[in-house]
Amino acid sequence: MEELLEILRDMHPDVDFETEEHLIDNGILDSLDIVSLISEISENFDVTITAKDILPENFNSAQALYELVRRLEDEG
Amino acid sequence: MQNNVLNYLNRIVREKPDKLAYSDGDQGLTFRQVYDQSRSVGSFLHDRGIYKKPVVVFMRKSPQEVAAFFGVVAGGCFYVPVDEEMPAGRIQLILDNVKSPLVICDRDTVGIARTFALGEGQAVLYDDISAVQADDGVLSEIYERAIDTDPIYIVFTSGSTGIPKGVAACHRSVIDYVEQLSEILAFDGDTVFGNQSPLYFDACLKELYPTLKFGATTYLIPKGLFSFPTALVEYLNTHRINTICWVVSALTMVSALGAFDEGRPEYLRTVAFGSEVFPIKQFRLWRQAAPKAVFTNLYGPTEGTGMCCYYRVERDFADGEVIPIGRGFPNREILLLKADNTPAGVGEEGEICIRGTSVTLGYYNDPERTAAAYVQNPLNTAYPEVIYKTGDLGRYNDRGELVFVSRKDHQIKHMGHRIELGEVEVNVAMLPGVRMAGCIYDSEKKKIVLWYDGDPDEKELTRALKTKLPRYMLPNRIYKVDKLPFTANGKIDRMALRKMYEKG
Repeated sequence: MEELLEILRDMHPDVDFETEEHLIDNGILDSLDIVSLISEISENFDVTITAKDILPENFNSAQALYELVRRLEDEG
Repeated sequence: MQNNVLNYLNRIVREKPDKLAYSDGDQGLTFRQVYDQSRSVGSFLHDRGIYKKPVVVFMRKSPQEVAAFFGVVAGGCFYVPVDEEMPAGRIQLILDNVKSPLVICDRDTVGIARTFALGEGQAVLYDDISAVQADDGVLSEIYERAIDTDPIYIVFTSGSTGIPKGVAACHRSVIDYVEQLSEILAFDGDTVFGNQSPLYFDACLKELYPTLKFGATTYLIPKGLFSFPTALVEYLNTHRINTICWVVSALTMVSALGAFDEGRPEYLRTVAFGSEVFPIKQFRLWRQAAPKAVFTNLYGPTEGTGMCCYYRVERDFADGEVIPIGRGFPNREILLLKADNTPAGVGEEGEICIRGTSVTLGYYNDPERTAAAYVQNPLNTAYPEVIYKTGDLGRYNDRGELVFVSRKDHQIKHMGHRIELGEVEVNVAMLPGVRMAGCIYDSEKKKIVLWYDGDPDEKELTRALKTKLPRYMLPNRIYKVDKLPFTANGKIDRMALRKMYEKG
């Protein structure tokens, strides 16, 4: 989780990713952020996020994103 | 003879009053509703004595915002779109420049609008002014009195100095653009547009006015969908969208994230793109996903009213090749002028200059910068004829197709060589896995500094770049970054890069 938070903080140092639950709905993460998040995650974790998992509900909070990464790790 | 863009609306409301004109997917307006609401807005302007004035439209992207634009034109004024996505400082600069007597808002934006210094201007709600009784007599008088060189909008584009420039365009330029573009991209009454561009750029002319001309339908795609490629493709299919004119980065987001593994845009027949170089690998993915679609590269500066060059992609391109911008639309001429103002020969580089009706009126309240870019055609000394100098350099390839080379104004001298930073950037951006690149020149230390966003690491990148560029053009400092800073218009922000560099 800490690793993921770091990636997110590098992107937006001004956002409290531990509490923010509307990263998408509030427009904090934009299209470019999503693209770079996905490439960062595939570099730092041993998972590939494919299009079917690129959904708002998986990106709205650090926790949701973390759960996605965990699930993909388990599946892998 | 059509002298007024509203002629499109006046005609189509009789033919297809109940057809959906503009929608965001949830709610929309029919042509009848667009017509009625715009006439109410026009009548309100007249009531307030506002005529031939810039009127700011500060609304969330919505069908109502489009109707507000036409309402401003119906009142004999010209619209100035402002958006909450713009940084506050920029909005204030725009307000200060145009000194609009009225700011048309919606319920979401009115509070924000009132935080700005509006001068003599007053913020009003669209919902209120679009419901007043239309005054048919007054509106037809305004319509009859309009001439086609009157402005209909001002859109702001970034200036290298930091002060945005307001490009004002008239009825005639827009009518000409709509007519030519519609023929080139074969729009018709069955066209269903999926609009991507914000409404505060001229890019949205492509959808807004042809929708009126043909009685087509435009879906204003919610911006958030451009982060979620599968949902975006679904949206295209749900609404049977068959025509998209998007910036390249929006298209590559869909293909690069693998959305086509989940579903394909089933109805697409026209895909137009522009503003950036389309990486060939991503282009091929799109081709495969929409095999029946015609793909067209468009090029043009805001000052030339939307797009002015097109290239229909009909042959195969090798990886790393650049898709040409082709040739000029009919009824405008593209001049390729060398620094000494003589025409560039075959294979020679020249500045892309535009001649014809599509040349806009100039920068609003900015005679100096207007005079620098809108100049007398140097090839014509017999009578006044203004051309627009784009600052873009192009050349014709062996097939006679115009190819964009780089920007004129980032040329440097480095180690005795004349180098275009743009050329370095284009070459980096063409490397496999690289999405974007930006360069500055540290003239003190004599270093080309590069930032890029892409998959290869610095070492791999340098290795690959050596196969593309002469040694003297290789960047001396390379930084791999998550994303590059962009100006509001989607261009790479070199000022921000320089600041990053100076900070270390």
